[in-house]
Amino acid sequence: MATTRFLLNREPREVDVSPETPLLWVLRDTIGLTGTKYGCGMALCGACTVHVDGVAVRSCSTPISKVEGKKVTTIEGLKQEVKVPLQQAWIDEQVPQCGYCQSGQIMAAAALLAKTPHPTVEQINDEMSGIICRCGTYQRIRRAIQRAAGGGNGHH
Amino acid sequence: MAITRRAFVSTVASGGAALVIGFSLRHDFMASPAVAGPAPKPAPANPFDAWVHVGEDNSVKLIVAKSEMGQGIKTTLPMILADELEVDWQSVEIQQAETRPDLYPHLGTGGSTSVRTTYMDLRRAGGTAREMLISAAAQKWGVDRARCSAKNATVIDNGTKRSLTYGELAAAASKLPMPAQDDVQLKAPKDFKIIGRSIPRVEIPSKTDGTAEFGLDAKVPGMLYAVIARCPTFSGKVRSFDATATKAVPGVKDVFQIEAVAEDVHSAGGIAVVADSTWAAMQGRRALKIEWDRGPHADETSASLATAFEQRAKSPGTVVRNDGDVDKLPDNSTRIEAVYQLPFLAHATMEPMNITVAPGTDRWESWAPTQSPDWVQRSIAKIAGVAPQHVIVHTLLSGGAFGRRYMADFPVEAAQIAKITGKPIKLVWTREDDMTHDFYRPAAYHHMTAALDSQGKPVAWRHHLLSTSINAYWDPKAPPHKSEMDGASGVPYNIPNLRIEHSNAPTGVPVAWWRSVADAMNAFAVESFIDELAVAAKADPVQFRLQLLEPARMLKDPNAGPDDDERLSTERLKKVLQVAAEKSGWGKPLPKGRARGVACHHSFGSYVAQVAEVSAKSDGSPKVERVFSAVDCGVVINPNGAEAQSEGAIAYGLSAALYGAITINNGAVEQTNFDGYQVLRMSDMPEVEVHLVPSGDDPGGLGEPGVPPIAPAVANAMFALTGKRFRKLPFVSS
Repeated sequence: MATTRFLLNREPREVDVSPETPLLWVLRDTIGLTGTKYGCGMALCGACTVHVDGVAVRSCSTPISKVEGKKVTTIEGLKQEVKVPLQQAWIDEQVPQCGYCQSGQIMAAAALLAKTPHPTVEQINDEMSGIICRCGTYQRIRRAIQRAAGGGNGHH
Repeated sequence: MAITRRAFVSTVASGGAALVIGFSLRHDFMASPAVAGPAPKPAPANPFDAWVHVGEDNSVKLIVAKSEMGQGIKTTLPMILADELEVDWQSVEIQQAETRPDLYPHLGTGGSTSVRTTYMDLRRAGGTAREMLISAAAQKWGVDRARCSAKNATVIDNGTKRSLTYGELAAAASKLPMPAQDDVQLKAPKDFKIIGRSIPRVEIPSKTDGTAEFGLDAKVPGMLYAVIARCPTFSGKVRSFDATATKAVPGVKDVFQIEAVAEDVHSAGGIAVVADSTWAAMQGRRALKIEWDRGPHADETSASLATAFEQRAKSPGTVVRNDGDVDKLPDNSTRIEAVYQLPFLAHATMEPMNITVAPGTDRWESWAPTQSPDWVQRSIAKIAGVAPQHVIVHTLLSGGAFGRRYMADFPVEAAQIAKITGKPIKLVWTREDDMTHDFYRPAAYHHMTAALDSQGKPVAWRHHLLSTSINAYWDPKAPPHKSEMDGASGVPYNIPNLRIEHSNAPTGVPVAWWRSVADAMNAFAVESFIDELAVAAKADPVQFRLQLLEPARMLKDPNAGPDDDERLSTERLKKVLQVAAEKSGWGKPLPKGRARGVACHHSFGSYVAQVAEVSAKSDGSPKVERVFSAVDCGVVINPNGAEAQSEGAIAYGLSAALYGAITINNGAVEQTNFDGYQVLRMSDMPEVEVHLVPSGDDPGGLGEPGVPPIAPAVANAMFALTGKRFRKLPFVSS
């Protein structure tokens, strides 16, 4: 066991767990923020994507010790961080089906738009292909990102 | 198509009577006494008990008695109810039904049945409630009810223009005798206010901010977490185990063996590790030392199964359909032969299997991401030793289901662990557990032969379908072919000599229903082979199909039971084919390096045709650029949702077509995660255009019918592009 201190959605947090525990399970089981999802445990599917210091990372493969002193943002805290109405674009395009991967999709999209405010379709595909959706919402995700980027209603 | 997913024979605790749990595509999950014949249709429940809860504050809660797994049912079904009930959609609240088979006899969600089996029942329930509210108002006012009408959750006396709200009337209305079904006037479709509109889905906002509660998110006071080490080979057992290192892992609370439950549920058994967190349980499992008895299927490999298919294909199978005489052909006919092969597939829902179960002395409780809450209830009850009605099952959102969440293996496991520990247990399956202990889509092998006459018209069609039958796994007493023929035995093309056969290939691999079941498997063979015939006949593939769908017919699948009234309309199939061709620009030139392919299929009461436009990647594998899909699913309740289901079905089918393969080595699944089991990612997602073909017909299914055409459409397009036939799934070899 070891104490890890970090900022979680702008609030200071302190957890006492073994240092190799993945951030994902600290968020879900220790802290009780279940918006971040478990999908594969090996950084293959992206369902667990959160931001650490503004960068999209896979929390299932990030030991808690690595976020010591850092700023962690989860889907629950995204609204405080993102200027563009990303979640509204997801609603307007009726993106989610089962919805399980969508926290990861939205966190990845937010990170993409933060560094590339007007991404091309290729840039969207490149960045977002790390996040698996089994329901097949990819086309709507593309549109929602374009809509949030100010590209109108996303249909082009 | 109209095949019964007959599967389970279970003995229910109450009275010990044997019940046949039959799942028919149109009659849904139902329990009927085996000896007494089919159960009579239960009398409709009082809508105020079952479907509509009106508060004195005028709040209106609509109940949805199906599982939301992404198909939008939490919106679609209440829309049907609300329209007849005459309430404003914006003001209603949607609530998940309690698991009470006495009120809701069809809780199972599967077979693309939710809308088509409940459309009329929900309209009647909404209409009945509306009529009872009108009667209550008329009685209160002492006027003839004929001069009263309902609108916006209010009953109006059209004589005096006075009104009463549903909130003011509900208490009295719910106590009135229910009108006979025939006395409840339902709306004419032109008067629909909600049905047919693209209503935003009710649970979508919660799926954008992390508040949606999936099964894995359930939290119960005092809850512990469990994972299970299961034998890598199917039907293997624990020989011995050493938990010393596991017990030393911080957070681990308990380690013990649970038995496999073969009857009904096919759970694997194994060693359960119980801990105070998911991570501790996983770490504890890693530290286990287990010696397995690898069981009777330890030598099975995908190669041995392929050989078995090849050998069996040489002998005739069970004849399921025999029109004319396929062996007696004109001398000048051209013979065509092809073999299509399909591997096992995992469902790979994004949310792995999981369930939370809290034990009690006489009342148990469960939080379940499930397609079959009533089966979960019965299964837990059996382990707990209580009556099913004493198990409260809360149906939570499912992070994908696709057929996997119909099963009751994980509920049984969790109940076993909860019973032993006496504590609430959240059972978590890791991705590896989920992928290596699925109930897989069967593997199959299709041997097809056909003959064309001198004009290029098909005169004979022989289809020998070999598969690892679902019936053979779940219900060995049933004929193995009965679960396997959808989309093959009912082939709609007008060919005078036609023989369809089936052979079962034994396997130790558990198999079950995978989104669109046999239809997607068989459509790959049928719609690819018909394309091969079109090429051999030097005919346009769309025109070739259209001609073979003449004359207009209503076809019954010869594999369907005598009571099955489902028919395939060749006219509706032709229509979707024509629409897909037109929308795709079929026949018009494409840029160099692109080509189109087409496929069409009827399943689950709906008709879908797809044109795939492809290019080739540098390694020769398909890149699907665009898909044009024409869908006739009868009356459409929520068009945007219908389009979403159609897009999703294409993605799911395309994922399988390009990448999906579960292979077996030494009796175990070789793929353990998304590295070995590749799935469709965004870069492979084509632009999909869905065209809903207007139709006044009764609603058909929609979760599944979009899956079958995509694999053959892509294979046919690749042939048009390259001259190479893709006859083996998946198209991309790993």
